[in-house]
Amino acid sequence: MSSRIGDEAARARAGALDPVLAAGGDDLWSAGGRWRPAVRSFRRHRPAMIGLGFLVFMVFACFVLVRFAPSPTDLHLTDPHATTSGPSWSHWFGTDLATRDVLSRVLHGGQISLQVALGIAVLSTLIGVVIGALAGFYGGWSDSLLMRFTDLWIALPAIPFLAVAVSIGTVDLGPFGDFDLGSPLGITLLLSMLLWGSIARVVRGATLALREREFVDAARAVGASNTRIIVRHVLPNCAGPIIVNATLVVAEAILIESTLSFLGFGIQPPTPSWGNLLDDSISTVEQYWWLTVFPGLAIFLTVLAVNFVGDGLRDAFDPRRQQVRA
Amino acid sequence: MTALLEIDDLHVEFAGAGAPARVVDGVSLSLAAGETVAVVGESGSGKTVTALAVMGLIDPPGRIVGGDVRFDGRSLVGLADREYRELRGRELAMVFQDPMTSLNPVQRVGDQVAEAITVHQPDVAVGAAGLRAIELLESVGVADPVGRSGAYPHQLSGGIRQRVMLAMALANRPRVLIADEPTTALDVTTQAQILELLANLRREVGLALLLVTHDLGVVAGLADRVAVMYAGRIVEEGSVDDIFSASRHPYTRALLAATPRIGSKRGSLVPVPGVPPNPAALPHGCRFHPRCALAIDACRIEVPELEPVRSVPPASVPARASGPAPAAVPPRTASSETAPDPDHGLDPGHRSACFRADDLS
Repeated sequence: MSSRIGDEAARARAGALDPVLAAGGDDLWSAGGRWRPAVRSFRRHRPAMIGLGFLVFMVFACFVLVRFAPSPTDLHLTDPHATTSGPSWSHWFGTDLATRDVLSRVLHGGQISLQVALGIAVLSTLIGVVIGALAGFYGGWSDSLLMRFTDLWIALPAIPFLAVAVSIGTVDLGPFGDFDLGSPLGITLLLSMLLWGSIARVVRGATLALREREFVDAARAVGASNTRIIVRHVLPNCAGPIIVNATLVVAEAILIESTLSFLGFGIQPPTPSWGNLLDDSISTVEQYWWLTVFPGLAIFLTVLAVNFVGDGLRDAFDPRRQQVRA
Repeated sequence: MTALLEIDDLHVEFAGAGAPARVVDGVSLSLAAGETVAVVGESGSGKTVTALAVMGLIDPPGRIVGGDVRFDGRSLVGLADREYRELRGRELAMVFQDPMTSLNPVQRVGDQVAEAITVHQPDVAVGAAGLRAIELLESVGVADPVGRSGAYPHQLSGGIRQRVMLAMALANRPRVLIADEPTTALDVTTQAQILELLANLRREVGLALLLVTHDLGVVAGLADRVAVMYAGRIVEEGSVDDIFSASRHPYTRALLAATPRIGSKRGSLVPVPGVPPNPAALPHGCRFHPRCALAIDACRIEVPELEPVRSVPPASVPARASGPAPAAVPPRTASSETAPDPDHGLDPGHRSACFRADDLS
C-alpha cells in the first residue's frame, strides 16, 4: 500500500517537473490534467469508489438488466400461476397483491426515480449557477436582489409547496397543451425550483472570491467581456464546488421525491417510482414485508452511495486535503 | 514626436468609511511611441492605480474623479465599456505583477494566449489562433512552445509564466504596454531575461512601455525617463541620469540611498524614515515633509508644484524656517504659471516638486 502511494507521488513529481509529459492528456480529466490530484484523491477514497460502483450497477440494472427481469416491458403483467408470495427463484423480490413481479417494478421505478433525480440535479444546477454567478460577479444591488430572490425559494417549505402544486394537477399551457404537474417531468421542474438555492449560494460565494483574483483582471486587460470572463474564467474555477453540490442534490432529490410520492403527492401511480412503491405497500407491511423492504432498500442504498460519492468529491476538490495526501 | 499616451492631471479616489482616499492626486505623464517611462515609488504611492486607470480597470469603490487619459489623442475617461474593451489588449496591454496568480489555473496556457487573439479577432479559427499562440510563445522566448502551450500554469516556472503573460499582452500588437512590476515576483536571473525581452520588444516593435516598479535597478536598465511617485503625486521627473545622479528631490535621494549597490560598503543602506501617509488623511503641504530632513515651514503649508529645476543654483536661497509662515511661500510659485509648456509634456526635462530643489543641486 505504502509503496503504491510512493509510486504515485513519484510519478506526480515527474509530471510536475516535465510539463510536456504532464500535459500529455487532452482534457481536464485525463491523467496529465489540472484535476489529476483530484482524480487521484477520489480514487483513493474507498467509500466513494464503492458508492460509485453501486450507482453504476444501479443505473445498469434499472436501464439494461430490467430487460431480463420477469416482466421487462409490461409493468402490469400479472403472473396467472403465481399468488402473492415472498422472494423465490422465479420472483427474486416476490410478487405483489396483483401478482406483479416486484423486482421488475423496483427496477422500473428506479428508472423514473433516477431520471427525475438526475434531471433535478442538472436543472437546479443550471439555474443555481446562472443566478449565483451573476449575483457574485456583478455584486451591488443585482447581488442583493438575486440573493433575496434565492432566499425566498430556500425559505419555501418544500412539502406543503409541492403538495399544493401537485394537487392543482393539470395546468393548461395554452398552445403547449395540458401539463400534468404530477408527471415525472412536472415533479422534476417543481423540485428543481426548490433545490437550486443552495447551489446559487455556493456559486455566488466562489464567484465573489474569484472575481478579485488577478487572472480575472488579466483577462479584462486583454479585452475580454464580462460574459466571457464568467464563462471561461470564473465558472471553470468553481467546477469543484458545483460538481459536489450537484451530486448532493441528486441524493436530496431522490429523498424528497420518495417522500412526496410516499405521501401521495409525487409521481402518480400507475407510473412506478420508488416512493409510490413504498406508499402502495406500507399498509400491508406486516403481511408482505418484501413489498416495502426492496424499494426502501433501493432508496436507502442509492442515497447512501450518492452521499459517499459526494463525500469523495468534496475531499478530492478540497486543496487542503490534497496537500495532506499528496 | 507626439505623445501616444497622455495622463493629464489624473485624480483617483477610493471611497471608504470616512473621507475618500486620494490615491492618485494630479498625476500627469506622457509616453511617446518607442519610449519607456518608469514610474517608481513605494508600495501605496499610487503607481499601480495610475496604471489601472489607464487601462480603465479601476473598480468601485475606486473612481476617477478628475483629469483625463488620452490615447492617440482620444479621451479614455468615461469611455463606454464596449469601446474600452476594444482598446484593451488591442492598443493598450498590461502585464501584471505576479505571474503565479495572473493566469487562469484551469486553462491551458496556449488556450489563454489564443483567447487573447480571438477576443479581438473573432473570425480567426480556433486552430489558427492556437498556432499563432505557439508562435507568440516562441517569440517571447519560451523553449518548446508546442509542448508548453498544452501545459497548465501550475506546471510552469515563474519566468515562463511571465513570458506567457507577455505573449498574451502582445497577441494583438498593442502600441502601449503597461508593465506593473513585471519582475518583482521573479528571481534575479529570470528578471534579467524578462527585462532584456522587454528592451528587445521595444526596439523591434516600437512599443511604448510604461514600467511601474519599485526596483530602481530595473529602472536604470530599461527606462528613458523616470517619474518618482509619492503619496499619489509625482514628486520628481527626469531622465535616468537626472534622477540617478542629479536628483533634486529629497524623497528620490532617500530612495536611492536605500537601494543596494554592488561594491558599496556594508551598512551603507539608509532606510527612508517613517511610513508613507494614509491616503485618507494626507499631511498638509508637501506630503513628504513629515519624513523629510530638509523640510521648512513652507513645506507644511503649501503643496509644491512639479517645476523644471534650474541647472544653476539661484543666487538667493529661499528663506529658511523663520518668520511667519505665509512669508515662507517660495518665490518660484508665481513664475511657474507663466512658465512655457514645451511640447505639451513630452520630455519636459528634469522637474521636481520640492521647495528646496535648488538646495539639492
